[in-house]
Amino acid sequence: MIEIENVRKSFGPLEVLKGVSLAVQKGEVLSIIGGSGSGKSTLLMCINGLEPIQGGRILVDGTDVHAPGTDLNRLRRRIGIVFQQWNAFPHLTVLENVMLAPRKVLGKGRREAEEIAAKNLRHVGLGEKLSVYPSKLSGGQQQRMAIARALAMSPDYMLFDEVTSALDPQLVGEVLDTLRMLSDEGMTMILVTHEIRFARDVSDRVAFFHKGVIHEIGPAREVIGNPQMPETIDFLKSVL
Amino acid sequence: MFNYTFHWRPAFNALPRMFEGALVSLQIAVLSLVIGTAIAVVLALGRRSDNRLFYGFATGWVELARNTPALFQVYMTYFGLGSLGIHLDSYASLLVGISFNNAGYLAESFRGGLNAIPETQTRAARSLGMGATQAFRLVVLPQMFRIVFYPLTNQMVWALLMTSLGVTVGLNTDLTGVTQELNVRTFRTFEYFLFAAVIYYLMAKFITLSARLLAWRLFRY
Repeated sequence: MIEIENVRKSFGPLEVLKGVSLAVQKGEVLSIIGGSGSGKSTLLMCINGLEPIQGGRILVDGTDVHAPGTDLNRLRRRIGIVFQQWNAFPHLTVLENVMLAPRKVLGKGRREAEEIAAKNLRHVGLGEKLSVYPSKLSGGQQQRMAIARALAMSPDYMLFDEVTSALDPQLVGEVLDTLRMLSDEGMTMILVTHEIRFARDVSDRVAFFHKGVIHEIGPAREVIGNPQMPETIDFLKSVL
Repeated sequence: MFNYTFHWRPAFNALPRMFEGALVSLQIAVLSLVIGTAIAVVLALGRRSDNRLFYGFATGWVELARNTPALFQVYMTYFGLGSLGIHLDSYASLLVGISFNNAGYLAESFRGGLNAIPETQTRAARSLGMGATQAFRLVVLPQMFRIVFYPLTNQMVWALLMTSLGVTVGLNTDLTGVTQELNVRTFRTFEYFLFAAVIYYLMAKFITLSARLLAWRLFRY
């Protein structure tokens, strides 16, 4: 379970998270929607400790992410994250990209890491691309590779940061299909997304972020189909 | 017009000795590049560091290496360190001097190379549970070496040519040293040094070509 309690986060004088509280249960899929600059992506970076916070706390299965003694490297093995810019490692083949962390972080042998990597790549539909370099892949394929790379660590949680925003429209579908598959498999996921219809279809709950706070949170169909707050209504009107 | 008769035979006879000298030159160049590269990685990090002491040390090294003559640097490691009680022989002081020079020049290339790699690469590596050092070594450094590969090749050629400075600190086993000894014994200056120049040229070409082959083999992405 991920528990976010009254989290505050600033970049210099700019406060981007102004007291956010939220809990995600094991097996749940939560989508976070909201305008640009509302703090959605920043929250994800705080959950796995890539960004420090200035107030509140975040617990992942009871471990305080931002406590001084927390071993973040160990914690991050259990929290996969996929970024808007997929960040493939360009000097490694697709297979090597996915093998790297299992080998060097989990200490697995070459053969075992290869099996794990190949299995996850096949799972996201890249079984034919193992020995190719990322530069030869489309954006959608690179993004699926990034998903496989995160999955190869067998994480308990997956965070997705606008993973389709940088893709050409015709490539969005294949990545969303991959996400849908993971959700069907029972993966616990937090999705920051602009794909409102997709969020409605795959999420258990949806949270609407506005100016650094959660304005509305609830079952996906209610928040998107029948929003209560005027900000949510405005936002959904502008994007749907 | 020419009041000089060429005598090529002694020069041809000296070729085996000169080739031996060439190998010594090449050896010093390779070693100095390896040492220089290792130090340059640290200096490049220093140039990007917030730690003022680390930054100052790296900047001082780079400034000195790039803005003083290589000859001066080799002199300093031989005579300068010698007057401080650290006595290096000719070979060692030449190696140290050129390594110092290599490190200074390469540090700036490496810094540029590191700046060209997006911060998000480190972020992606860290998000997979890698420590800072692991992320640097496994993700950032290999990409940097591709970016700086041609400057690195350049520096290797430079290093080879700089080994000729060894003669100024009494080195007589490298190509220039061997040539100079033959010269003072026979005064066939033109013949010997022409041969030496051709050998340097061929070695430099060899370095450039093998670097190109290596790049083709290494960087397939």
